[in-house]
Amino acid sequence: MQRMRSPVDSAIAANRFGLGARPGDLADIGRDPRAWLTAQLAGEPASVDYPGLRSTPQILTDALQIRREREAARRAVKMSEEAAATDSAGLLADVMKLGQLYRPLYVSEATARLQTAVGSDRPFIERLTYFWANHFAVSIDKALVLGIAGSFEREAIRTHVLGSFTDMLLAVERHPAMLLYLDNQQSIGPDSPLAQRAARRRVKAKLGINENLAREILELHTLGVNGGYAQADVTSFAQVISGWSIGGGTGRLASGPPGEFLFRAELHEPGTKSLLGRRYADEGYAQGEAVLRDLARSPATARHLATKLARHFIADEPPAAAVERLTRAFLASNGDLPTVYRALIDSPEAWAQPLSKFKTPTDYVVSSYRALALPVLEGKGALAGFEVLGQRTWSPGSPAGWPDTGADWNGASAVMKRVEWADAVGQRVGGMHDAAQLAPQLLGATLSEATRTAVAHAASAAQALTLLLAAPEFMRR
Amino acid sequence: MQKEDADMKPIGRREFIQGGALAGGVLAAGGALLTSRVAFAATGGDARLVVVILRGALDGLSAVPPYGDADYGRLRGELALAPPGSSDGALRLDGTFALHPSLPFLHDAYGAGELVVFHAVASPYRERSHFDGQDVLENGTVRPHALQSGWLNRALEALPEAARRERKELGVALGQNVPLVMRGQAQVASWSPSRLASLDEDTLQRITDLYAADPLLSQRLADALAADQIASGDGMDAKAMGGQAGGAGRYTELIRATAGFLRSDSGPRVAVFDTIGWDTHANEGGARGRLAAQLTALDTGIKTLRDELGPAWQKTAVIAVTEFGRTAAINGTRGTDHGTATAAFLVGGAVRGGRVVADWPGLSNRALYEQRDVAPTLDVRAIFKGALQEHLGVPVRALDAQVFPDSGGVKPVKDLFRA
Repeated sequence: MQRMRSPVDSAIAANRFGLGARPGDLADIGRDPRAWLTAQLAGEPASVDYPGLRSTPQILTDALQIRREREAARRAVKMSEEAAATDSAGLLADVMKLGQLYRPLYVSEATARLQTAVGSDRPFIERLTYFWANHFAVSIDKALVLGIAGSFEREAIRTHVLGSFTDMLLAVERHPAMLLYLDNQQSIGPDSPLAQRAARRRVKAKLGINENLAREILELHTLGVNGGYAQADVTSFAQVISGWSIGGGTGRLASGPPGEFLFRAELHEPGTKSLLGRRYADEGYAQGEAVLRDLARSPATARHLATKLARHFIADEPPAAAVERLTRAFLASNGDLPTVYRALIDSPEAWAQPLSKFKTPTDYVVSSYRALALPVLEGKGALAGFEVLGQRTWSPGSPAGWPDTGADWNGASAVMKRVEWADAVGQRVGGMHDAAQLAPQLLGATLSEATRTAVAHAASAAQALTLLLAAPEFMRR
Repeated sequence: MQKEDADMKPIGRREFIQGGALAGGVLAAGGALLTSRVAFAATGGDARLVVVILRGALDGLSAVPPYGDADYGRLRGELALAPPGSSDGALRLDGTFALHPSLPFLHDAYGAGELVVFHAVASPYRERSHFDGQDVLENGTVRPHALQSGWLNRALEALPEAARRERKELGVALGQNVPLVMRGQAQVASWSPSRLASLDEDTLQRITDLYAADPLLSQRLADALAADQIASGDGMDAKAMGGQAGGAGRYTELIRATAGFLRSDSGPRVAVFDTIGWDTHANEGGARGRLAAQLTALDTGIKTLRDELGPAWQKTAVIAVTEFGRTAAINGTRGTDHGTATAAFLVGGAVRGGRVVADWPGLSNRALYEQRDVAPTLDVRAIFKGALQEHLGVPVRALDAQVFPDSGGVKPVKDLFRA
């Protein structure tokens, strides 16, 4: 799409599409910000290199070991199953051990995520990774997710961010983090072989479906809440994906490679199922994959994703024309994500002024780190900024993910904390920076005269940096 | 900060009054002074309302078990609570209903005539998405995303003039950001504890100047400064208070702040308070467990609010509501999935309580909504309207038209408050 290049475009490319300019970035972006963005779409996404990161199966194998040891200990003292279920001291010990395993993994993963974002030369890809990780949100306020939220993002999101939506969807819904977060590993078809055996043996425990994952796939991951499904579709879909589980486990369920996706036929509700007007013959696992593939191709899904992308990259109220363009790009390419990203880059609305998006705390902290080349400390220190500004990494608290409009982030207390945080950064590293010289390098033509003047007239280097980080145009992107 | 206040008479006066109380050196003196000030402001809207949003869909059948319903035990299986009187049993309200054993403070409040329990309550929303359900609960219409403002904010706009007198903000949101229910035209404060150091006067002034051309940021900054002053002016040192981890006291810090705002003579009169973690799809637990821990935190939180409010509790009503209920039967993972009607609470010194308000539909298969959920028999807006009209004096006409648009058919629940 040909249009006049504006002097603000390089700043928009770096700050709205990327994660914030580093000194020198705007000069590197040069005369063609669109080409700079498009070039980032070539090749594989960068991997995350950081000491101590482990794969989900490795982590869950260790977690399973904790449970097995506890159960062995119970058997050794001949504790009955009922007593074990109410053995609160024992359960607490399990939780503590799991925390000891999980917490350092979380800190390493979240720190690695920040370090990758701060050093990235392809910040558009990093932002897209953040976008999709939030679209397919898991939250660490569920204890079982804490240790694998990071590996989930690396394995299911980052790997597919430049691939097809279908592949990402399949990777996400099969990933142990999502299965655990939305309870599907325990969902059991009422007429499944396991449930029937239990009925014959007159086991009292009720075995049945948990519809959490099925509902959120339809509502949040694919069609969207107005995507034309009904409660019956949710129930039917939950039966379709009953048996989508994780290898390992204890007792009867100790099968399959620990910590990897496992289709457990004995938990699966048998039979042909109807969903959204189509019939799906039961071929075990393939039934669920067929439904997901159809969902990924649905026009409702395309529109839902296009709306969210446009909201993220253009404005809180996404312009209809841009949504339409992205929807068409998605459908015409069978959900080829780079094609959709190129349509986004080609959308004139995405380059509009004034800056329409209020940065989330994550945007704000990451862009500050990039602006100042702040060192990413080892351990929890690197994560304090996210926490104090109200967006602890991977903790959106609900499967809908973090909200994505200004009103969700620009409350009075939130703005004040941001200013206080800017001040703390100014106090700490202001002496090492010349904020007046830095300002145009970060904000380019979006730098306002008011900010330029305020920074130039500041009483100290620390205050100058505080004013730059607190400036309205640094709060936005 | 001081300099700005000097230009604003009402706040300056408040500072003077609070300064006097603190100069007396005894916090109790502040309380006594406050009481007399409240009396002085008798017609000036001294009623307080706190709305607690329970995000994630509270299981009303566990929070308020209908132990007298013959189908309850069958549907709830291993999650069914033991009847009142047995060990770990539910806490008796009447011949049909009880409270979850983790709600002892609310049970005492019921005994003291300060708690109304509602059951079979639902918003007009009939689908089962949390996010749309919360949107409807907060926007006050019958459809998700029909309005960008919340009913509580619109109620503030409709308050009688006397209640607005001398108040910069009538509403406050506890948390960094303002939830939808409190968003809108009426100016509201938001507050959350900060572990960051305050800015020095000079830097703050320069940032204020820098924001002069930015209406949003300058408004937010001014609101935050005003909120900090109210919070700290009441003897709370926001910076000094440490964080609260999980557990029963997890809300203590924010509740103390809530009380600080509501006690303050010219502070806000309406507060909104968010809680999360009610989405109990798996391992919900019965008398103990996951939901029990949530309820304990809620119960402890409301008790803390009562304790911190002191005499102002007598003027206070707390409404605790959720977006929808959960399935009547437990699911395959010892939890419950998204449902429809649920329970709600109205508690406070101003409340005429000791009653359960419920047109109970029953739990037989035929009685269940879509053969799965507790059927709704009371529109949650009727509770909101009752509280806004009777407690805060919002005119019925405004309630029917602006606060809850086109809701003339939803009549307020009457006689919820002491005369």
